[in-house]
Amino acid sequence: MIDWQPLILTFKLALITTFLLFILSIPLSYWLAYTKSKIKPIVETLVSMPLVLPPTVLGFYLLVVFSPNSWLGSWIQEYLGIQFIFSFHGLVLASMMYSLPFMVHPIQSGLSGLSSSLTEASYVLGKSKLTTLYKVLLPNIKPSLLTGIVLAFAHTIGEFGVVLMIGGSIPQKTKVASIAIYEEVEALNYDTANVYSLILFAIAFCILLFVYVGNGGYLKRFWK
Amino acid sequence: MIHVNIQKKLQGAMNEMVLDVDFTIEHGSFVTLFGASGAGKTSILRIIAGLMRPDAGQINMGQEKWFDSEKGIDRKPQERKIGFVFQDYALFPNMSVKENLLFALEKNQNPQVVEELIQIIELEDLQHRKPEKLSGGQKQRVALARALVRKPTILMLDEPLSALDAKMRTRLQDYILKVHKQFNLTTLLISHEVSEVIKMCDRVFMIENGRILKEGKPMEVFANQKLSGKFQFSGEIIEILEQEIICIVTVLVGMNFVKVIADKEEIKTMNIGDKVLVASKAFNPVLQKIE
Repeated sequence: MIDWQPLILTFKLALITTFLLFILSIPLSYWLAYTKSKIKPIVETLVSMPLVLPPTVLGFYLLVVFSPNSWLGSWIQEYLGIQFIFSFHGLVLASMMYSLPFMVHPIQSGLSGLSSSLTEASYVLGKSKLTTLYKVLLPNIKPSLLTGIVLAFAHTIGEFGVVLMIGGSIPQKTKVASIAIYEEVEALNYDTANVYSLILFAIAFCILLFVYVGNGGYLKRFWK
Repeated sequence: MIHVNIQKKLQGAMNEMVLDVDFTIEHGSFVTLFGASGAGKTSILRIIAGLMRPDAGQINMGQEKWFDSEKGIDRKPQERKIGFVFQDYALFPNMSVKENLLFALEKNQNPQVVEELIQIIELEDLQHRKPEKLSGGQKQRVALARALVRKPTILMLDEPLSALDAKMRTRLQDYILKVHKQFNLTTLLISHEVSEVIKMCDRVFMIENGRILKEGKPMEVFANQKLSGKFQFSGEIIEILEQEIICIVTVLVGMNFVKVIADKEEIKTMNIGDKVLVASKAFNPVLQKIE
């Protein structure tokens, strides 16, 4: 009987990460889409870094910054009572950073693609920026929101390096499916590794298919 | 009364231009901003609406100060209470026609006004449709209705009719005139159609390169442009003045007015608005109906 814990943990991580990332990415994408600030290129670069950086680099720095020996790590542990190293909290934080561009980019380009006269029309009708965002802008970029959510979720399921660096492989706490596969292979349990791999493969396939079908317009009649 | 005196440097497609205008509009009047594209007409509307910030100047709406660069006053578009009809309509695609109108309601405003507007602008059959299912003229009507929900004192229309065919345009002109009177609005319209300007408004500002070149009643502003000297051109009948034996027909050819004397018999089949050909035959202009 295979151990389902790593798979359950993976999905728990992906769900929580996606949810928090969605909440964080809306204001961030909104700012990136409309700001004229000079620091925009810097923020954009930082958001996109996880796309090109080896995950181990991100994991390594998170490990250094949040280690109980660093001032930040010890401060957080002392005052907030959260330990980021080798814990589920750390996995969520690292996953959020790692999947950030996958959520931010679709939402940002969705917002940038909307005609500016929609925003202006709403302002002229006396509506605040917040009302405009929730009633006008977001409802009109549903496909972008869907893409962001699905890609961030799928990408979190697929991470390995960053999780291994900051989380290690503690069963039921930080041992996610991708790490479990690695360990099963190391232990020459190819059958178990195969089961995990097949499940991840199928899920990743379905998720991406869903995005492409959705954005190809096939899902439009359900999603309007 | 609206007083606008503003300066702004504009970066055009080709060159830099300084918008520098100073004008006053009486309450209840219908004013057109007339001029070629790129002359700065849209910028003027956007500045009045608060969507664009001038470099210097003042905008006074009656007793209210909307903008004053010296005193640092710059009211947000939300606080200016204007009706604005955008060139691309700017209807919210996620809402039906009625929802677009309901969205425009202010807090605690009686939603009855939405029903009224739907009736006045005859949107009953369209009210549950999404904007993507509407034609250009229908969208424009919805945009007009939506702009009126807040009961603005000033209505601004940015070339609302340019994308429509002649028939639809006439209908919309009538709707605009109707609401202008019924809601006692001050209306500012951008247009580059002379016949439209003459039909609709009582004052016209001719704008070129960011400045007001001429202003006055449309007939006065347009009439003293120079007559063309070519032999044959097509135009539109603007006015037919019956004299004792003959008629004096004013024809709009391009941007020029041509006054042609016509026989009462031959003018019988022609009406104001008809497209005609003005041809000169041995120095006697002859009118022929072509449409």
